[in-house]
This record gives sequence, C-alpha cells and structure tokens, in this order.
Amino acid sequence: MMEEVKETASVLSVHDDSIKVTEVLKDGDTLTFIIVSQKLSGTGEYHVDRTYEDFEWLQQHLFSQGDVPGIQGVIFPPLPAKPQVNASPRSIKQLGFLALGECQPYCKALETFLQQVAAHSILSKNKAVEVFLTSSDPPGRQKVKKNIFNRLSQAVEEMRKEGHKDVDEFFQNERDHNLVLTGCTKTAAEKFLDVVATEQKIAVACGHFSTALHLCVEPGEDPDKQAFSRVCVKLSEVFESIKKNMTSVAENNVNTLGLGLDLESRYQEAEREMLFRRTCKLVELENAQRNVEKAKPVKKAAMEEVKKAAETEFEHTSGVAKQEVKSTINNCIPHFHVSFHSGLVC
Amino acid sequence: AQAGTPLFLVAQDLTLFCICVNVQSQPASLAAEDISTNSNGPKQDSLFDDDPEDLFAEATEEVSLDSPERDVLLSDGPSPAITPITPPTSVITPRIGHTHDDMFTHSSFDEIEEEEGGDSFDIHISVSDPEKVGEYMTSISLFKRNEFAVKRRFSDFLGLHSKLASKYLHIGYIVPPAPEKSIVGMTKVKVGKEDQSSNEFVEKRRSALERYLMRTVKHPILLKDPDVLQFLESSELPRAVSTQALSSAGLLRMVNKAADAVNKMTIKMNESDAWFEEKQQHFENLDVQLRKLHTSVESLVCHRKELSVNTAQFAKSAAMLGNSEDHTALSRALSQLAEVEEKIDQLHQDQANADFYLFSELLGDYVRLLTAVKGVFDHRMKTWQKWQDSQMLLQKKREAEAKLQFTNKPDKLQQAKDEIKELEGKVQQGERDFEQISKTIRKEVSRFEKERVKDFKTIIIKYLESLVQTQQQLIKYWEAFLPEAKAIS
Repeated sequence: MMEEVKETASVLSVHDDSIKVTEVLKDGDTLTFIIVSQKLSGTGEYHVDRTYEDFEWLQQHLFSQGDVPGIQGVIFPPLPAKPQVNASPRSIKQLGFLALGECQPYCKALETFLQQVAAHSILSKNKAVEVFLTSSDPPGRQKVKKNIFNRLSQAVEEMRKEGHKDVDEFFQNERDHNLVLTGCTKTAAEKFLDVVATEQKIAVACGHFSTALHLCVEPGEDPDKQAFSRVCVKLSEVFESIKKNMTSVAENNVNTLGLGLDLESRYQEAEREMLFRRTCKLVELENAQRNVEKAKPVKKAAMEEVKKAAETEFEHTSGVAKQEVKSTINNCIPHFHVSFHSGLVC
Repeated sequence: AQAGTPLFLVAQDLTLFCICVNVQSQPASLAAEDISTNSNGPKQDSLFDDDPEDLFAEATEEVSLDSPERDVLLSDGPSPAITPITPPTSVITPRIGHTHDDMFTHSSFDEIEEEEGGDSFDIHISVSDPEKVGEYMTSISLFKRNEFAVKRRFSDFLGLHSKLASKYLHIGYIVPPAPEKSIVGMTKVKVGKEDQSSNEFVEKRRSALERYLMRTVKHPILLKDPDVLQFLESSELPRAVSTQALSSAGLLRMVNKAADAVNKMTIKMNESDAWFEEKQQHFENLDVQLRKLHTSVESLVCHRKELSVNTAQFAKSAAMLGNSEDHTALSRALSQLAEVEEKIDQLHQDQANADFYLFSELLGDYVRLLTAVKGVFDHRMKTWQKWQDSQMLLQKKREAEAKLQFTNKPDKLQQAKDEIKELEGKVQQGERDFEQISKTIRKEVSRFEKERVKDFKTIIIKYLESLVQTQQQLIKYWEAFLPEAKAIS
C-alpha cells in the first residue's frame, strides 16, 4: 500500500490508447474493474483491478495539484457517477445510458476517462496516474489532502459569476457556445434515452404477444382448428424474432449513439466547469485591482502583491484553458465517429 | 358548451356515412374468396373520396345520449331482443311477418342455402368518410353490375342490427354485432373539434361500420333478409326509432344478463349431444385467449405510438444540436440524422396504425362476435327449457285429466282434453324448434370457424407484408444516411 503519493512529475509508462477496461467482477455489492494497458517499452501488459473508490482516489489526486501553474484551466476528463449493483431509480436516472446494458457502456465510459487522463499533457505527469495503472496493489484509500476544488457545486452566490462578462473575446464566445452546446447535448441525450426505453418496452410487448399467441394453439383433428393453430404459431415466431430484433436495436443504440451522447454531454459539463473556474479567477483579479485602487497607502503594497498573484494565476489559467479549448474539438469527434459508424438501425 | 352543462339536445344522430357496395354476380364455379379486400386498413379508396376538411364545417352540437337505453337495461323486465318482436314501423311488419312464416312453416332454410350454392356474389363494400351533415354512402347493386350509393346514418346501422338480432339470434344465427356507440368520441366530433383524436375516432368508426356490413352480407341468410336489402338499396330509410334499446353494447349486456338468468335457473340440460358441450367449452377458451391477445396488441400499439412521439422529439433535439456544432461535417451529419429520424417517426406511426387497424380491431370484433356466439348457445338452452316446460305441463294436464275421468264433469273433461291437444301441439313445436336451432347452430358454428380462420389468415398476411415494407423502408433510410456518417472524420 502506497502511503503517500509524492506530487513529483513522472512519465507514464503505458500507451494511453491501449488502456482498456476489459471486464467487471461482481462480488455482492462490490464491483471490481479489470484494467489492462500496454507497456511503452518492450512488450508486456499491466493488469490491475480497481474499484470505483480507486477511481475517485485518482480523481482527487488530479484535482489537488495546486502547485501546477494554470491547473485550473484544465478541462478535467469527467468520471461517470458511481455505479450501484441494486441501483435506486435516482441513481439510474443519474447514470442515464450508462445504467443500461450489461456493463458495457459503463466500462467504456471508465475506459474513456482513463484514456483521456493518460493522454493529457499535464495530467498524465501526475504520479497517481502511473500508480493507478501499473501498481498491483490498490492505490490507497486514505483521504487526500484538501484539494482546491471538488466536483464543482455551484453555490447560489457563485451562480452570478457565471454571467460575468469576459475581457477576452475568444473566451466569451467559447463560454456562450459551450452554454448552448451543453444544453443541446443534454436534451438530445435525454430524448434518445426515451427512444431507447420505448424500444425496450416494445420488445417486451412483442414478447407478451408472442406468448399469448402460443396459448391460442389448440390440439385436435378439426382442420379449422389446425389451420388456426398453425397461423398462430407462425405469427408467434414472427413476433419472437421482432422482439429479439428490437432488443438488439436498443442495445446497439445504447452502445453507440447513446454512449457517444453521454460522453459528449459530460465532457461539455467539464469544460463548462473549467470556464467557470477561469471566470472566477477573473472576478478575483478584478476585485484585487479594485482593492489596489481603493487601498490606503499603508495597505497598498500588500494589495499590489495580491493583485500580482491574481494576475499571474489568471494568465496561467487562461493560457492552459486556451490550449484545452483548442484541443477539445479533437476529443469529441471520435465519440460521434464511433457512434455513427457502428450501425444505428432503429 | 360550458363545462357542467349537459348537452341534452334532440337525440338525433345527424352524422351520415357513405357506403359503397360493389357487387358482381359470379358463376357458381368461382368461390367467393376475395370478398373482403376493401374492408381493412385506414387507407380507403372509396368512390366518394370526401375531403376531410369539409367534414365539420357545419357541425351541429347535438349529442345522442344513451339514457333511454340505460333505462331499458336497468329494468328487470323480459329482454325484448330474445323473443321475436313486432318491429314498430308499418313498412316492415308485413315483410317480416311474411318471411317469418316462410322460414318456420316451410322449413326452407335448407332450400335457401342450396339456392345460395348456385350463385355466389362477390361483394365489395366500402364505407367512406362521413360528410358534413354526414352521410355514409352505401352503394350496392345486388343483381346488376353497376354500383350506386346510399347514405346512412350511424343510427341506421344500429337499427339494422337490432332488427336482425331480434329476428335471427333466438333461432340460432350468429348475427354480427354492430359497432359501439361512444358518447365522448361523438361529442368531440360534433362540437367541431378537429384534432388528431377526433379524426382517429371517425376513422375508427368508419372502418368498424365497413367491417360490420361486410360480415353481415357475407352471411348467406342475412344477405337475403329484406331489411338488409332495404338498408343497402333504398334511398330513404325510415328513421330507426328503437336504436336506443339495442346498440351492440346494449345487446351484449342483455345477452349476458340472459345468460346469467339462465345459469341462475340452473337449467340442468340433458345434453344428448356432446358436440354442443365441447363447442361451448371451446368458445369459452377462445374468448379468454382472444381477450389476452387483444390486450397485448393494445399495449403494443400504445408503445409504438410512444416510440413515434419520442423519435420525433429526438429528431428535433438532434437538429438543434446539429445547428450548434461548429464542426461542419459533424453538424451536417447531425442534421441529416434528425431528418432520418423524422422519417422514421412517420414510419413508426404508420406501423402503429397497421397494428391497430389490422389486429387490434380484428381481435375486438371477434371478442364481440364470440358474445353473439355464446348468445345463440344460450338461446338453444332456453328453447330446450321451453320445450321441457311444455312437456311437464302436458304431463300435469294428463294426470289432471286422468283424475277427471272419475268425476262426473263432462265440461271440465272436454276442456282438459282440448288443453291437452293444444299442449301436445306445443310440445311438438318445441321439439321441432329445438332440433331446428341445434341444426342451425351446427351450421353456423362451422361457418363461423371457417370465417375466423380465413379472417385471421388474411389479416396476418397483410400485417406481415406491412412489417416487411416498414423494415425495407428503414433499411433504405439508414443506407442513405451512412455516407454522411462516414464523412464526419
């Protein structure tokens, strides 16, 4: 068991795109995920088993890199919500598409998370990533030291900062665009979820109809009865195969477009959070500037210091943010690419 | 109308439907197999293709209420439909009386059916959408080759059914039940509410009337009935007055009541014929099965409609997403996806309609038909009971007569002898009636079963064809979309 992870930079020793969540083991209420990744040097694989808590551990470590300049400008790859073996209706709603299907969509979502982390120029340098992917021991369950930001819970007073006008046109556009996009994607994901749910209902109804038809089969020599029975049996078979078709259509939809929309939606949320953090930094900076102007000569120097610090932080954050936004395009396309390619027949 | 104000206007049904009947007389060698081509499915190529927009331009606000019917049902008196009644209008009485006698005294059922074998008629009936003051146009030309149309109101259909039921049910003929009245649906239509559900209601009713007529004319005996002929031919029909009492639902309830009454009387019928017992059981089972099927199909139809709605909503949201995406190939793909989904939504709707009109209505019709079937079995039991009662009474009278022999009351003796003679006649008649109804039922059941198989086969084939078509169309849409999807990267 690793006692403490030092925040030293490290180089990830696996291929980021080779990371796969190959299976999930159920033991009572605990789910364990098997993660396989290919070594960078030479041949060989790392096989590790991790629980959801381990993923959270990793995420916490990534969040708590306060000393990395501009860390707040990073779009943190989103981690899906916690899965439950006997899920409550609320958690099912929260998970959306990831709750459907066996475990495939969920594993894919975890996989994407890890791949995105490992591919990230800043995040992959965190030792926790290496430990998570390669250490045969579980990474550790102790509480990580306070991180700068948890899952961004927007307290009411923070909400008004969201609308704060930006000084940079690039970012203002990006914020506006992101707002629209987030809404649209979320809606599309929800509507598609409805479609898939209805497809599943139809499959079930076809199954019932098929069974009911089977009950109409009557034994007997009467030619009319026999004719009727034959017709019913044939139709019953037809509906049975309709049911199978619908079921596989629904499954397919979940695994392709459903998953794609879900990933996309959560990624855009993550971007929104990042932009919000940057906006908060902007507000901080503007406050600091005002304080400097208002300050009495005694305090002025101190205020100046604060302002300088805020300025630096804001610049770093913006710098990272800009890079992140520009590379976002490359992140989301693959999802849809996969979705559309994999045959959406509904 | 304000909420809470009962719409109690003149209880007249002013919506008329247009029935087109196309009859071609065919030589006996051709079997009348293809009778029912026009009677299913929402798309109707009737001769009189009315523009639905015209329908409710001058809608009246009248509603026909069932309250008189309810009163009849709630009363415990003898149900008029069970015993032969004298129809109220004078136009019809002589004809009915005449044919009644014909049928009973000449025992000419067999003759009629043999005649039937000589000439089979290929009858096409189509009922078109109601016009404004809505008239259903019927056109029939029974012995010529052209077609003509007549206009009929919904209450006319009910009137026809009530006449047929009163004449034929109690002697063992399975009379097809008429479509149900629906106050809610009809109100909406009449108040001029022109939305999806009222259009659907009109279509449902039109389709039901068509099927009803087709079933009625397919019956060899009913086709020859003067009331049926009058219904199909004459341009003006006397207004059906007593429809309140005998709509299909009403009849259903009364038959059920009669059945219950029969059971309560615990008729311990000495069933000399196992065939009847077996058939009754068979129909009981069939009833249960069909009801189950009906429920399944209704749930399927409901879900499909839901799928159509959800697909449409998804299509909209995908279009919006496509509009907000920067990356042009992706946004184009999303917009295309939205279009495809819209088309698919339409497909789902059509499929739902097919499910409904082909299957659900068929099953519903048969569930109602089975009630008529059960009804004739019950009538047979009643007939038997009547016969037995006469026999018992005769027995009593004979015993009483025997006693009277020893008393010196010649008048009473003569009276007793007269009564006995009368009763003997009644007993003989009762026995004949019973045998006749048994014979009729056998024939009817055999015809019914054949029709049932044919009906289901036809519908199922149509349904499968529609399924295949839908699937093929789906594949076409997606294949057209695939190049767009591939173009994203």
